[in-house]
Amino acid sequence: MALSGMRGLSVFISDIRNCQNKEQERLRVDKELGNIRTRFKNEKGLTPYEKKKYVWKMLYIFMLGYDVDFGHMEAVSLISAPKYPEKQVGYIVTSSLLNENHDFLRLAINTVRNDIIGRNETFQCLALTMVGNIGGREFAESLAPDVQKLLMSSSCRPLVRKKAALCLLRLYRKNPDVVNVDGWTDRMAQLLDERDLGVLTSSMSLFVALVSNNHEAYWNCLPKCVKILERLARNQDVPQEYTYYGIPSPWLQVKTMRALQYFPTIEDPNARRTLFEVLQRILMGTDVVKNVNKNNASHAVLFEALALVMHLDAEKEMLSQCVALLGKFIAVREPNIRYLGLENMTRMLMVADVQDIIKRHQAQIITSLKDPDISIRRRALDLLFGMCDVSNAKDIVEELLQYLSTAEFAMREELSLKAAILAEKFAPDLSWYVDVILQLIDKAGDFISDDIWFRVVQFVTNNEDLQPYAAAKARVYLDKPAIHETMVKVSAYILGEFGHLLARRPGCSPKEIFSIIHEKHPAVSASTVPILLSTYAKILMHTQPPDPELQKQIWAIFKKYESCIEVEIQQRAVEYFALSKNGEALMDILAEMPKFPERKSALIKKAEDTEADTAEQSAIKLRAQQLSQMSNALVVTDQRPANGNPPVSQLSLPKLPSSVTGSDDHNSANQISQENGILTEVDSQSPAEDLLGDILSPLAIEGPPSSTVHPQPNTYSGLEGTEAEVRAIVPAEEQANSVQPIGNTEERFHALCLKDSGVLYEDPFIQIGIKAEWRAHHGRLVLFLGNKNTSPLVSVQAILLPPSHLKMELSLVPETIPPRAQVQCPLEVVNLSPSRDVAVLDFSYMFGNDVVNVKLRLPTVLNKFLHPITVSAEEFFPQWRSLSGPPLKLQEVVRGVKPLPLLEMANLFNSYRLTICPGLDPNPNNLVASTTFFSETTRAMLCLIRIETDPADRTQLRMTVASGDPTLTFELKEFIKEQLVSIPTTHVPAQAPPPPPVAQPASAPAGMIDPGAMLAGLL
Amino acid sequence: MIRFILLQNRQGKTRLAKYYVPLEDSEKHKVEYEVHRLVVNRDPKFTNFVEFRTHKIIYRRYAGLFFSLCVDITDNELAYLECIHLFVEILDHFFSNVCELDLVFNFHKVYLILDEFILAGELQETSKRAIIERMGELEKLE
Repeated sequence: MALSGMRGLSVFISDIRNCQNKEQERLRVDKELGNIRTRFKNEKGLTPYEKKKYVWKMLYIFMLGYDVDFGHMEAVSLISAPKYPEKQVGYIVTSSLLNENHDFLRLAINTVRNDIIGRNETFQCLALTMVGNIGGREFAESLAPDVQKLLMSSSCRPLVRKKAALCLLRLYRKNPDVVNVDGWTDRMAQLLDERDLGVLTSSMSLFVALVSNNHEAYWNCLPKCVKILERLARNQDVPQEYTYYGIPSPWLQVKTMRALQYFPTIEDPNARRTLFEVLQRILMGTDVVKNVNKNNASHAVLFEALALVMHLDAEKEMLSQCVALLGKFIAVREPNIRYLGLENMTRMLMVADVQDIIKRHQAQIITSLKDPDISIRRRALDLLFGMCDVSNAKDIVEELLQYLSTAEFAMREELSLKAAILAEKFAPDLSWYVDVILQLIDKAGDFISDDIWFRVVQFVTNNEDLQPYAAAKARVYLDKPAIHETMVKVSAYILGEFGHLLARRPGCSPKEIFSIIHEKHPAVSASTVPILLSTYAKILMHTQPPDPELQKQIWAIFKKYESCIEVEIQQRAVEYFALSKNGEALMDILAEMPKFPERKSALIKKAEDTEADTAEQSAIKLRAQQLSQMSNALVVTDQRPANGNPPVSQLSLPKLPSSVTGSDDHNSANQISQENGILTEVDSQSPAEDLLGDILSPLAIEGPPSSTVHPQPNTYSGLEGTEAEVRAIVPAEEQANSVQPIGNTEERFHALCLKDSGVLYEDPFIQIGIKAEWRAHHGRLVLFLGNKNTSPLVSVQAILLPPSHLKMELSLVPETIPPRAQVQCPLEVVNLSPSRDVAVLDFSYMFGNDVVNVKLRLPTVLNKFLHPITVSAEEFFPQWRSLSGPPLKLQEVVRGVKPLPLLEMANLFNSYRLTICPGLDPNPNNLVASTTFFSETTRAMLCLIRIETDPADRTQLRMTVASGDPTLTFELKEFIKEQLVSIPTTHVPAQAPPPPPVAQPASAPAGMIDPGAMLAGLL
Repeated sequence: MIRFILLQNRQGKTRLAKYYVPLEDSEKHKVEYEVHRLVVNRDPKFTNFVEFRTHKIIYRRYAGLFFSLCVDITDNELAYLECIHLFVEILDHFFSNVCELDLVFNFHKVYLILDEFILAGELQETSKRAIIERMGELEKLE
């Protein structure tokens, strides 16, 4: 028998092993713990060897499941022992017993640091290992530079450096700032040149974590990864000890391919070609072999290669190879491979358009839904869920329903949730949807969350055609001898609301409906009684002329509950009783429920919200997000939150659209909504409560159907305050000009935004014309000042107020303009950076004794620095994908858009030099546009725009703007928004001078009500 | 990343437990109990993967011992499955023909080996030789 080398420890372990039962074991452990305690108390007599032995014993006892808190201190104190054997035990047992949140660890920080910076390699290793395993934030803050030094040191052995790499990874996960040092990315690149495969393996793990958070910083590492992969895949220069069953380190191959998945594209043609050759080899060259370990290892590489191919959106040929392989895998008997085939097919659905090919495997996948292994069934369920669409929804949902009856408990909840979502999303008709949900409740009532039955009630309430059908169905289920309580709730609710629609059918008189529902009453819990009471009240109201006998029965029930201990029940009973005595009021108050506002399904939201907890962001998810921004149509029920904001529910429509994350929540935190006569505090931060407020409150007495929400006055007043401040910045001395302009100056300005010559301003004495030429980021304007008079205009002054992003030079303006003369004043413009601000010309002259002063906006607007460009799909999509997310790609749902037919909107875009590229977006309701922006800082920069309109509601749309410069993206987005929200009109009275736009960029209403835009304006 | 590693026998006795994420003691014992229940009754013909809360357990059985790794659901399952086997090979090499008793009486050695193999929840070294040699160095120091 192998012995531990510590006799006392071996004896103790043997004793434990000889215990006949748990009780004996406990006695033995207690005895030992007592012994250890006393020994630790009189530390004097304790030799280092004994101390070490006791600490190991403690770890053993801890593994048995006993509490050894008292010994933490002893373990930690061993860390500072001078000799290796004790120090080693201290480090190892501490990292097994404690975690990063234990205060004791702080005591060790100094020793740990000394060990790391000290000269003893063994101590360095011990310290790095412990920090790598349980180091917390505090360690990250104090140790990161030292760990980095070891990692990069040329004098350290690989042994130390690989530990340093992973230790740094741990510290980075605790505090990403640890790599925020100059020159770090170069060092990372240097690490990837490492020849020692142990160090390289550790460094690659570190790299994956870094690149998953910020691929931009690591482009220089991309070719190196390709090189590493090539070296491994071709087995060049790989030491024997790093091959595993003949395969060059499968783990490093996998990690390297994982790292590559975080780069949106691979542009360098050489790297790309090399990589594809390698991938092709892996895809084609992986055979099934007898040796399990070899087979697993090679398939580990193969599946990672598949993921990388899916990510890179390889030539269609390779993608179809992948689908073919996966199709093969899901049919094999080897369970692991089948499992992974199903899993990867599901992932593939997220990123590639392969639905139709995968549908061919539907039968095979359904077989896996009946596999004895729950792991495989789960994957099959996920895949079926992912591949479901209108064409196969009926088949798939029916399979799921069938499976539900036999599925074990662990899966029923997920199964029913998924079936409910699919039924809702893809219902070919609504009656089928009702059927499915009622079947679900019938078969798996325990697993049906409230969300599911709330949703069906919402649907039925909102669809009149559905009401008699749903009522009839509910009536049928009530005939069953034993039904689930949720079924009682939903059918009582539906029959209360719509039972009267069935009145003429047999068995559906109010009295019959009442008695069949009331039959269930004795068996229901307190949460259902209030619903039943409402239903009774509604039945009573619908019974015209009143049926005295029914009345008596129902009143008796109300009476009975008048003193119920549950306050909700008691209140309803008392109120319904009082109300039903007063016939007419009852009619009003219990009238049919108003429609629910359309909103995103809570179920779908719930399914989307289940966020996986992973160390690195999922590459596939990142990818899918990029893609969904491309191809998701704006459908009310399937709307993804823009910029991660919670979707603004319709309930809170008065909320202002906001591009500043989170501000929504604050605005409405104290919002009180008056719904159906019940004042409900709606906490908009928790959508669940919001939903409850929605569906439960109607169950109480219903007021006149005024389900509107009051706007929040404080929000507005707050904004008005800001607005006033904005205005206050504007020079206030608007002199009352006695001279009125001719024509609408505002309109003239807007016209000039679109064309290059025309009149900028005119009054009885002067006409100012403008002619402009634009070339890249330069512009040349000529102002034509024409004196219409027979006497000269004197004291002519033109002061240019350029915004900070424009360099402008106005040539001299003569002080006097002779009668009937026209002077030309050239004006040079250089655009330095993207901005929506415009230049203002402060123009004044004297006529007689009157000073005329106008402030004119010059049409040096953002779109003048745009150059129309048409891009093809091949050019557009890679660009669009590579610009992933904020701040380079911004998305916003714009409401209050002036409704325009799509064609007109396209024309509008074209007129602003945003070229509409037809055919890029498969959805005919969407527009995709491209343009090049010129400025000195950005040079020529491609901008891509996507507009998703909602055919049902032309006043809202979702806009995504992307470019290589964050300011440009933001400015362009705001610019377009301004054009969409307010098409230049004559809303400014003709005689009013144009509002001086100094601090108020292009005063569109959008800018006023959008706090985001306002903030931007202020900044 | 690996969240934790468990080595348990069929009766559910923990032979090694290593956590790379901070868990309270009570939570650790609960996890060990649940993971054991999850894997112990699975048919050998089933997959080596089973979902556990928001993560995934990759496990493999050697005689009466279950080696279980808890990893992220996005992680490469087969790579971790073979990582278990590599660990077993290293143990086998170190103890020359490892059996459960070796691991019981020398659990502290197992912790040492593991620390050379995995660190911060990631693979540190995949060369069996490098690890065995390192263990030799360490033994000399004791």
